[in-house]
Amino acid sequence: MPTMLRVGLAETIAYRAEMIVWILTTTMPLVMLSLWTSVADEAPFRAYTQADFVAYYLGALIVRNLTSNWVAWQIAEEIRMGTLSMRLLRPVHPFASFLATHLAALPLRLVVITPVVGILFLTAARDVVIDDPARIGLFVLAMAGAWLLTFAVFLAIGSLSFFLEKSMSLVEVYFGLFMLMSGYLIPIDLMPPWMATAAEWLPFRYMLGAPVEILIGRYPDAAAVAPVVARTWAWAAVMVAAAAVSWRAGVRRFEAYGA
Amino acid sequence: MTVGGLGYYVRLLGVSIRTSLITSMQYRVDFVIQGVMSLLWTALAIFPLLVLYGDRTSVAGWDFGSALVVMGLFTIMRGVLEGAINPSLLAVVERIRSGSFDYTLLKPADAQFLVSTTRFDPWHVTDLLAGIGIIVYAFVEMGRAPGAGELAAALALVAAAVAVMYSLWILIVASAFWVVRMDNLSFLLGAVFDAARWPIHVFRGTWRFVFTFIIPLALMTSFPAMALLGTLSLRTALLSLAGSAAFFMVSRTVWTLAIRSYTSASS
Repeated sequence: MPTMLRVGLAETIAYRAEMIVWILTTTMPLVMLSLWTSVADEAPFRAYTQADFVAYYLGALIVRNLTSNWVAWQIAEEIRMGTLSMRLLRPVHPFASFLATHLAALPLRLVVITPVVGILFLTAARDVVIDDPARIGLFVLAMAGAWLLTFAVFLAIGSLSFFLEKSMSLVEVYFGLFMLMSGYLIPIDLMPPWMATAAEWLPFRYMLGAPVEILIGRYPDAAAVAPVVARTWAWAAVMVAAAAVSWRAGVRRFEAYGA
Repeated sequence: MTVGGLGYYVRLLGVSIRTSLITSMQYRVDFVIQGVMSLLWTALAIFPLLVLYGDRTSVAGWDFGSALVVMGLFTIMRGVLEGAINPSLLAVVERIRSGSFDYTLLKPADAQFLVSTTRFDPWHVTDLLAGIGIIVYAFVEMGRAPGAGELAAALALVAAAVAVMYSLWILIVASAFWVVRMDNLSFLLGAVFDAARWPIHVFRGTWRFVFTFIIPLALMTSFPAMALLGTLSLRTALLSLAGSAAFFMVSRTVWTLAIRSYTSASS
């Protein structure tokens, strides 16, 4: 595993410019932020002041950048080109090698995201962000859970490429649902009640909305945060299992092109 | 058929559109997928506005109806970008990288024209329909209709907006002669374009300046919307038309300079 991580890190460094451009294309939270700061300028919008909005969307930007991955595209491409055979021949589970590549990309993402964290603490949003160790600890756990959950979802979508040729349009539909139900577009507590309830029961919220809400202190204490973190990890476990099942079924069908 | 006349280029454009249509007819399911996507993305874009105007009547001087008109124009412009501008230009960046751009230069027609009409994605017509639908709905909501003069002004400004957008993307392609991997930059610009979905007055200070003069997003959606609503001053309208014409000339000049430094791949 350490060797795989080292190789992954070397790859990340080799393609750093490309990755930084990809990270910069994540502008949606800033686009939303521009609208809501203008709205909250006159008076707070329901429970959200201007500082709350700044903290929320900068938080969303941070969470999104640290949790996103490209494993579905990677799998689809390797199936299409037939290069997946090489990966299957290696004596490690393909999930482990994908995991290593993506974990190795995290340090660069952390570096790129540092200025955003800096801005978060330079503006009035600073007063909104949690500062007690218990909630910060739970936030880190929630982030780890959100990362694993997102990774598992994309593994599952990627495995569908064994069965469908157009699995990448599925990603677009998925992304639309994610934007709506995760709190990426607007905070879940601003949604109509029936939607907020639906978001509670769907996995999307635990990939983005939940960690952001924890970060900006929407839960009064650690006891209120704990169940959210537990649900995040429960969803992560379900998704890892789903990805494993669909992968096993897919590999049985897999006949590499030209083989 | 004489080479070089206006009729010649009109016919070339016709041929290119016909080939694109024939190609896309092979993927008819894509039409359905594209239609569903247009609806989905439009719904997603409107959702924050619905939540916002559920509580407020006006934001930065824009009420729900007029903000919807901007959203409609944004949807139309996104369709133009993804259906008519991006496919060609991405194809060209690939050709420059692989060296097959040489063949484009050998053809007896203007290279910029050929480059800009390489490929169309006709299914993005669904975006245009969705955008027009939003605008119609917005005017029904406001209980009035734009006058003939307003409509004409808006159409002129939409043409200017398309020209500006096209010029921006041509500048990207021109830079590919020097830096090769430029398709990423077009994604980046596409991401910035997302900000054009809000009326320009939502932005403050520096950002408003940047989105009006440097990356003229205001010119692409807000100004045509204001023209349609009858709130755009004649002076701003004329300045935008002049500005977009100037921008188009600049991009043409840069393109001509860039093509001179093209040395083909591997030489």
